[in-house]
Amino acid sequence: MYNLIGAGLIVIGAGIGLGQIGGKAMEGIARQPEATSKIQTAMIIIAALLEGLAFGALFLGK
Amino acid sequence: MNGASKSFKLVVLIMILFASFQGLAKSENDENKEVDTKDEVTEYILHHIKDAHDFHLFSYTSGEGERKHVGFPLPIILWTSNGLTTFMSSEFHHNDDGHVIVEKNGLKFAKIHSKIYELESGASEVSFDDGHHATNASKVLDLSITKSVFGVLLVGLLMFLAFSSLARQYKKKQIPTGFGRVLEPLVIYVRDEIARPNIGEKKYRRFTGYLLTVFFFIWILNLLGLTPLGFNVTGQLAVTAALAIFTLVIYTVSGNKDYWMHILWMPGVPILIRPVLAVIELAGALLIKPFSLLVRLFANISAGHIVVMSLIAIMFTLKESLTVGGATALSLLLSFFITLIEVLVAFLQAYIFTMLSALFIGMAVEEHDHH
Repeated sequence: MYNLIGAGLIVIGAGIGLGQIGGKAMEGIARQPEATSKIQTAMIIIAALLEGLAFGALFLGK
Repeated sequence: MNGASKSFKLVVLIMILFASFQGLAKSENDENKEVDTKDEVTEYILHHIKDAHDFHLFSYTSGEGERKHVGFPLPIILWTSNGLTTFMSSEFHHNDDGHVIVEKNGLKFAKIHSKIYELESGASEVSFDDGHHATNASKVLDLSITKSVFGVLLVGLLMFLAFSSLARQYKKKQIPTGFGRVLEPLVIYVRDEIARPNIGEKKYRRFTGYLLTVFFFIWILNLLGLTPLGFNVTGQLAVTAALAIFTLVIYTVSGNKDYWMHILWMPGVPILIRPVLAVIELAGALLIKPFSLLVRLFANISAGHIVVMSLIAIMFTLKESLTVGGATALSLLLSFFITLIEVLVAFLQAYIFTMLSALFIGMAVEEHDHH
């Protein structure tokens, strides 16, 4: 039961984080379309780091 | 335009084939009405996530009421007290709860939950305690060619053949032919988009070989995991841990003076904080970086497999409320789209693993002009 609540919290946190990353990257691309590839690379790296953290937490909570 | 739509049709066709194959593999397993369907589905999925000693495609109950299993066996190689013992996994007759005893080399073996147990001398069958642990049998050193080992060997062979033929083609002329044309842009992509910007112009050549190997290895294994053969190699902790340790060893060994300086005695920071930072940086470099690499790959691929199989299982779990046709249509639709997403994830995870490896290596070999 508690680990389900924990999993929900992790997903909420990761969702906020991913939303921030994606949203800011979109803004950046809209402002400077010529930097798209660089922004995308950085976005994917940060998203991957966040995902690693979230998965690590889910994995520990299992 | 025509080519694009053609290849799109091909992709759709392949996806439908995969989905229906996996559906077939499951549908025949749920004939047994006495057990709860949901429990059986859960057990089936968890069984699939783990490694196994044989390829199990599907099972069915024949007209005479006999359970038949379709698949092919793999060799079992054990290192026991009586030396090396080998036999085919078909001798267990797909039994996985220790009821079939195989006698080889003067020892008796049983398979319980995909693990091989050696029975104590004198025992003729496995006895269990309340927690379903075997009381008179112990695990043996298992060097078998399991499903995952087979997958690793297969991908190794495929990569060796594909890339050695690609390399040979460059000797004859500048442009590769056939399948090499598929590989060349990917190789250039890894070199120019992953290795070069992250490691730096001077040193990227030394590490491109490793990055290419790891990229194609993970990518092909991820794609194999989407075939109905039931591979889940990159979803095994042991495999992803080994890959992460390769990256760890490479960036630790090739780290230059500046890198270690920044870890152990961070310049530009008050002297009292330096030991604290050193502990954090050491933990980050030796534990957290490889751990994040291995958990990310493992969790993504395992989660993907669980989602695909759960969506296929909708066919059985929602059969009563949606009728057979409705549940099948819903499950096919959902699993089709999720399988498409999984194809993307297969590439993305290989890309991210390679990218982060390149980033970590780049951090370790980066040259600082100032300080």
